[in-house]
Amino acid sequence: MAETAIQLLTPEGTRVEHPDYPLEVSAEQLRTMYRDIAITRRMDVESTALQRTGELSLWCPTLGQEGVQVGAGHAMRPGDYGFTTYRESGIFHVRGVEADELLQLYRGNTHSSWDPQRVGLGLFTIVIGSHALHAVGYAMGIQRDGTDDAVLACFGDGATSTGDVHEAMVFAAAFSSPVVFLVQNNQWAISVPVERQSRVPIAQRALAYGMPGIRIDGNDVLAGLAVTRTLLDRAREGGGPALIEAITYRMGPHTTSDDPTRYRDESDYAHWDELDPLERLRRHLLLIGEADEVFFAAVEAECEELGEKVRGSIRGMPDPDPMLMFDAVYAEPHRDVEADRAQMGAYFTRLQESA
Amino acid sequence: MTATHVLDFPLPDVGEGLTEAEIVTWRVAVGDLVEINQPIVDIETAKAVVELPCPFSGRVSALLVAEGQVVPVGTPILSVEVSSPAEPLPHSESREAVLVGYGVAHGTTRRRRLTSRAAPRPSAPAPVVAGRPIAKPPVRLLARQLGIDLALVAPTGPHGDITRDDVQRAVTPLVEARPVRGERIPVRGVRRAMAEAMVRSMSTAPHVTEWLDVDVTGTVRLVDQMRDHAAFAGMKPTPLTVVAAAMIHAAKRTPIVNSSWIDLPDGSSEIEVYSHMNLGVAVASDRGLVVPNVRDAGSLSVSGLARALGELTQRARRGDLTPADSVEGTITVTNVGVFGVDGGTPILVPGEAVILATGRIVDRPWVSDGGLCVRPVMQLSLSFDHRIVDGAAGSTFLADVAAFLEAPPITLA
Repeated sequence: MAETAIQLLTPEGTRVEHPDYPLEVSAEQLRTMYRDIAITRRMDVESTALQRTGELSLWCPTLGQEGVQVGAGHAMRPGDYGFTTYRESGIFHVRGVEADELLQLYRGNTHSSWDPQRVGLGLFTIVIGSHALHAVGYAMGIQRDGTDDAVLACFGDGATSTGDVHEAMVFAAAFSSPVVFLVQNNQWAISVPVERQSRVPIAQRALAYGMPGIRIDGNDVLAGLAVTRTLLDRAREGGGPALIEAITYRMGPHTTSDDPTRYRDESDYAHWDELDPLERLRRHLLLIGEADEVFFAAVEAECEELGEKVRGSIRGMPDPDPMLMFDAVYAEPHRDVEADRAQMGAYFTRLQESA
Repeated sequence: MTATHVLDFPLPDVGEGLTEAEIVTWRVAVGDLVEINQPIVDIETAKAVVELPCPFSGRVSALLVAEGQVVPVGTPILSVEVSSPAEPLPHSESREAVLVGYGVAHGTTRRRRLTSRAAPRPSAPAPVVAGRPIAKPPVRLLARQLGIDLALVAPTGPHGDITRDDVQRAVTPLVEARPVRGERIPVRGVRRAMAEAMVRSMSTAPHVTEWLDVDVTGTVRLVDQMRDHAAFAGMKPTPLTVVAAAMIHAAKRTPIVNSSWIDLPDGSSEIEVYSHMNLGVAVASDRGLVVPNVRDAGSLSVSGLARALGELTQRARRGDLTPADSVEGTITVTNVGVFGVDGGTPILVPGEAVILATGRIVDRPWVSDGGLCVRPVMQLSLSFDHRIVDGAAGSTFLADVAAFLEAPPITLA
């Protein structure tokens, strides 16, 4: 499948040109993307370890999918807006979400993590596929504002089986809204293989909605960057929505609560390991002579430092003040919420007095 | 030398609400130096086998739980002697977890290899459910495969539904050896059909029964006249003939008695009021109760009714009836009087709105015009489906039938 997908960087690290997706990328930008993938991966490993030592209640690993995520994140302009799932650490990082900002959600300290306006990313929904509708709604809002921003809606192959995603695509096509649907086909919807969900390549579905459907190598950061940028620009110039199917693989479990050895064959891993996005970019940088072992060692040291920092900040994170729950229910003070707040405050005071 | 102190690593909840785990394999031994995030132990939870990383760096001073042991979340499993003053872990004893993907019910830990063993199910009193028995499609399939009629299975599911276990339980009595204490009569054929029809009727239609005693002097006189009349030559007119004519007559004023309740696939219901009357007559045969019907009885003359009823009962007694004789009835009469009784609470034929039982005709003291006299008296028992027929309609129909029998408005030429 990956053979038919658009690829700008081979697994061996060789640059390939594609007539429809010309890409000029500086060495500096290549090194930045390498660093982004490496940091995303290191945070992933640290988050899994934190969950396994009881510091987080859950973690959703991104391992293996960082290529397209970092590429797409770099394709977005500052004013663009993204709506994502929970398995998008690469985009979170590129857009400026701090690791401990993200992890406080998984620690159960907050219902939401980052400030969506600051990073241009909606808070992710756990409900599968529902944010595709939010993305199209936002894109329709852009049309009414008359700006040239665009929206990136990210979800997995499993979400394409939901009604919300179908409705989102119907609306996006009908209104020619500036939104690009980025499907990360990681082959597995928890334990259901993609073959069980679609008889045709998911990209092919786009044609029926009336938008282009492009398959890319999801482990190729450059294909992710070039194709997403081209289609976002097409959308912002009035060309309408498009769908990208990025072929990749979920190298880890669905979540830390999942045991993939129960339902999939470990022999698949070796194949996908050959296509690894980080190793591919590393080979490329070495081939073109734009990075050396000193650079890679520096990135690794930075990753270790970040891992330690996040571990410390999560372990030292105090339990939240329970009264915070009343703060963000409504934008403005609300009589019933204030009554609840007063009642709960009195209850805590009584508890302390009786202790 | 720097001061050392020992930190314990309590078993974390690694899977959203797990309560315990088994220590499968230790990857470190006492005295080993360990690094932060170094895999130290494999544990198996209800969800998965996972490896745990070490939260400290230092020297292992104790393995607190042996391999193969199952311990609750929060139990210290490992002690590590650390040299630097590490920050102790802020352990919450039992953090409530969010739920993403497959969850595990609080307080239960089912091991993978034990999942085939069924958990005991608390049996709660189930609500009585009218209509089609509620069961999930796989349960229906199982019942079909086992030859179990779901209408006869007691539901214990939380929504009054029949569970897989309920179906299995319904089979068990057949399988289990029960001491034979009498003659066993197989329930099949007509008898089985009767049993199923009665259960279906009683479990769907709310029955109401009303009674009325009738002075049938006029009916008895009319039957005597018919027996001598040329138009009834070769027939055996009986009071049942007149009762049939009375029901046809009375249903003209109260058509709702000749109808059926229909449940539609979308959950709504309709009442179908028939324009014709196929009058069923309950007949005891050697093989059991059958209810053949007289087609379009409303179009027949009294002599036509007498002939049709005569043929039907004769064929029933000879065992000549076909299943086609017993379908599409719209209303039924049953003459329990032949057994020497007065009445009862007849059960509706499934899908019909009323059933009339006629008792024996017996001389009784009767008050007429303020004076006591002796009259042939018959009791009528009318059961009706109260979803369709209300008390007023049922009573009107019953009273109209009685009035007809008391003074049949039939003149034989």
